[in-house]
Amino acid sequence: MIELKSLNKTFETADGTVEALKDINLTINDGDIYGIIGMSGAGKSTLVRCINMLEKPTSGQVLIDGVDMTTLSEKELRQKRRNITMIFQSFNLLMQRTCLKNICFPLELSGVKKQEAEKRASELLKIVGLPDKANAYPAQLSGGQQQRIAIARALATDPKVLLCDEATSALDPRTTHQILSLIRSIHDQLGITVIIITHQMSVVEEICNRVAILDEGQVAEEGEVAEIFSSPKSRAAKRLVYPEGFADTEEIGGNDHKIRVVFNGAQATEKPLIATMAIEEHIAASIDFASTRNLGGRSYGTMILGIEGDDQVVQRALTYLRKNEGIRVEEIR
Amino acid sequence: MVLLSSLFSQETIDETVKILRSEFLLAIWETLYVTILSTLFAIIIGLPLGVLLVTGDKNGVRPLPRGLMVFLNTLINILRSIPFLILMIVVMPLTRLIVGTTVGTVASIVPLVIASFPFIARLVESSLREVNPNVIEAAQSMGASPSQITWKVMIPESVPSLVTNFTVAITTILGYTAMSGIIGGGGLGKIAINYGYYRYKYLVMICAVILLVLMVIMFQEIGTKLAARLDKRLKN
Repeated sequence: MIELKSLNKTFETADGTVEALKDINLTINDGDIYGIIGMSGAGKSTLVRCINMLEKPTSGQVLIDGVDMTTLSEKELRQKRRNITMIFQSFNLLMQRTCLKNICFPLELSGVKKQEAEKRASELLKIVGLPDKANAYPAQLSGGQQQRIAIARALATDPKVLLCDEATSALDPRTTHQILSLIRSIHDQLGITVIIITHQMSVVEEICNRVAILDEGQVAEEGEVAEIFSSPKSRAAKRLVYPEGFADTEEIGGNDHKIRVVFNGAQATEKPLIATMAIEEHIAASIDFASTRNLGGRSYGTMILGIEGDDQVVQRALTYLRKNEGIRVEEIR
Repeated sequence: MVLLSSLFSQETIDETVKILRSEFLLAIWETLYVTILSTLFAIIIGLPLGVLLVTGDKNGVRPLPRGLMVFLNTLINILRSIPFLILMIVVMPLTRLIVGTTVGTVASIVPLVIASFPFIARLVESSLREVNPNVIEAAQSMGASPSQITWKVMIPESVPSLVTNFTVAITTILGYTAMSGIIGGGGLGKIAINYGYYRYKYLVMICAVILLVLMVIMFQEIGTKLAARLDKRLKN
């Protein structure tokens, strides 16, 4: 269990003191896939670096299984970091080492014998689906492949916690989806706790069970992902959950019911979703807002539908839409 | 025209060929070993110093006392600003202490090393500063100690850049060896000065300079090729 208690972090800059984190209190349970989301500059990266002490908090506690990280010596901290590993937006692989040697790196640091380390690294290459890249150099791989190697490297020391700092932000939606699936399957197999820092709501939606929304260094809202998605309360949450420009209208106009449809890799070529719903179910939906993209025959994005009628009609619409794979649907009003 | 015709007269050509045969082989050898040995010793001193300049920085992986860093930086700046000709004379007592004499080819190695190790320290510093700070952060997140970061991340990651910079150093030191002819250092520089400057045998001087140019080209070619071969960031 990871507990952050009244965590504060301030930076001294030329322009004065910047409060990056203000009184953060969070509890992350073992086995969670915990999302921390916020706009850029919200303090996400600082927060995650306070967990493994790459940034020292100005005040407050970081308890990992009851041990206060802020009180550890440098040496104890290095030991502890083998249990809390991290992957990054820019992968941060050693460019002059082969993939196999990159995965061996954390084992080398803790003094594991070369032969043993290489055996473990080969196993990990299989787990991340790149068994044939042992002797390739990172520069020869695509972004998605490099992130897989970084994941294998992060898993080498059998960590209990995996921190992902914008790990998919440099990847296209399809590769993002593949990497997230890999992280989920690793989570399911090894039972490790995953903390995901992102600015993309779609990432939280796809993989996290709990989420904290960070806004200007403070936790604006925290809870189950499904709950926050269906009824975001804070302004920061609304801004993230509803597509751009929509949250700022404050009140969603009209008296009809609103349904939020999130496309997360749904087959776009099969059939026109809203039109077929009208034909098959006789539900006429107005599209109040849509921001979707078609990538390689798959849709990504968000749509807000307005539906006239009673609750029964809305339920039918929800059931109909949920039959489609890669689509997430919620009634928001 | 008079100059040119006298430069290439049968007489001077014969004489030059004679000097080439009797002295150049030894001179080439002396230049090579003085250059290579001096560079080697300069790297032995300059590499750790350059590493310290980066790791000991206040934002480095193992910050050193500010006073020490100021001292190191000042020492390097002073040594780098003294003209080589002056430095050769200033370090004579040290040369005598180490080599036993202040004249001759071996004796010229001491001032060459003193003149070039601060230069190499700065080159190493710039190479190590090129290492992606995110990669260093990643190593820290895996529990790497400052010395592990230095030896397993910073130096291996900057090998291609170090090789490129050492190539710059060796060609510069090659140029310095020519100057050491003044204090009796051997090599092509001595021949160029003795025959060309003191005895007006310009053709001999031209031959010595051409050989120096060829040697610079050779070192540069080898260095560039080696750096490219060592750099795994370049896709094959």
